[in-house]
Amino acid sequence: MSPLHHSVLANAAMIASIVVAATIGDVLIASAMRQIGDLDEIKAESGLLGAIKAVVTNTRFFVGVAAMSVSFFSLLFALSHADLSLVAPASASLTVVTNTIAGKLFLKENVDKRRWLAALCVCVGVILLAR
Amino acid sequence: MTFRRYLVLAFVTVSAPLGDTLLDVGMKSVGPVSLAHINTLFHAVCTPWVAAGIVLLIGFFASYLTALSWADLTFVLPATSFGNVIVALLARFWRHEQISLSRWVGIFLITAAVGFVTRGPSYTDHESPAPTLDIEKVCQG
Repeated sequence: MSPLHHSVLANAAMIASIVVAATIGDVLIASAMRQIGDLDEIKAESGLLGAIKAVVTNTRFFVGVAAMSVSFFSLLFALSHADLSLVAPASASLTVVTNTIAGKLFLKENVDKRRWLAALCVCVGVILLAR
Repeated sequence: MTFRRYLVLAFVTVSAPLGDTLLDVGMKSVGPVSLAHINTLFHAVCTPWVAAGIVLLIGFFASYLTALSWADLTFVLPATSFGNVIVALLARFWRHEQISLSRWVGIFLITAAVGFVTRGPSYTDHESPAPTLDIEKVCQG
């Protein structure tokens, strides 16, 4: 395998690890917050401490935060090997698409045409902003 | 969606890019940090710009969690992505950087995306209290 192909594959693997970990983190945190319920209502019933306790005692939330941490350190690792102008827009725009797909598949969200179009616009918009 | 909830989403949108920008200003004033002087990072946390940035990012995370407790992830996503637009506008009007035509088009597209999503429903009602999360089974192997 040529060094160029090796570099392309390495960049793709690093970006993929950022995107996969961020998506798992977002989905788990969103699912945890759905499981916990409306924080405004919990705060009204049990106060701010009650709302904080409801969040920090949820296992799914912590697994989500751990996945987000993996994504963050993957980003730092990728930035030490590849250009910011490649890693940042590629990971940000791909994460929007994978989160939309994961929201549909795992969270059973109603992802209608409007939300697909929004995900596409954000994806293209992030790429254009990074140019 | 109530006015208060739109305010929470607005805070989600503004706090992250503003926090990142404050961290950037603070770290630029601290200067490059080498591995030999890693303690500089801990001192940097106590500088006003970096401390203010951290406070804003904590506020971002709290408001992001609040938003996810009453809105879908796919509804909140464009709001967080709008942070890229705020960063570009801060770069243009605060840091006096030039913004090319393609960046203005990017800003327009992300703004349009936020417009599309906020015109629709914010939350998907499920009959069961919480969705079955197949992804957890994958994580646990």
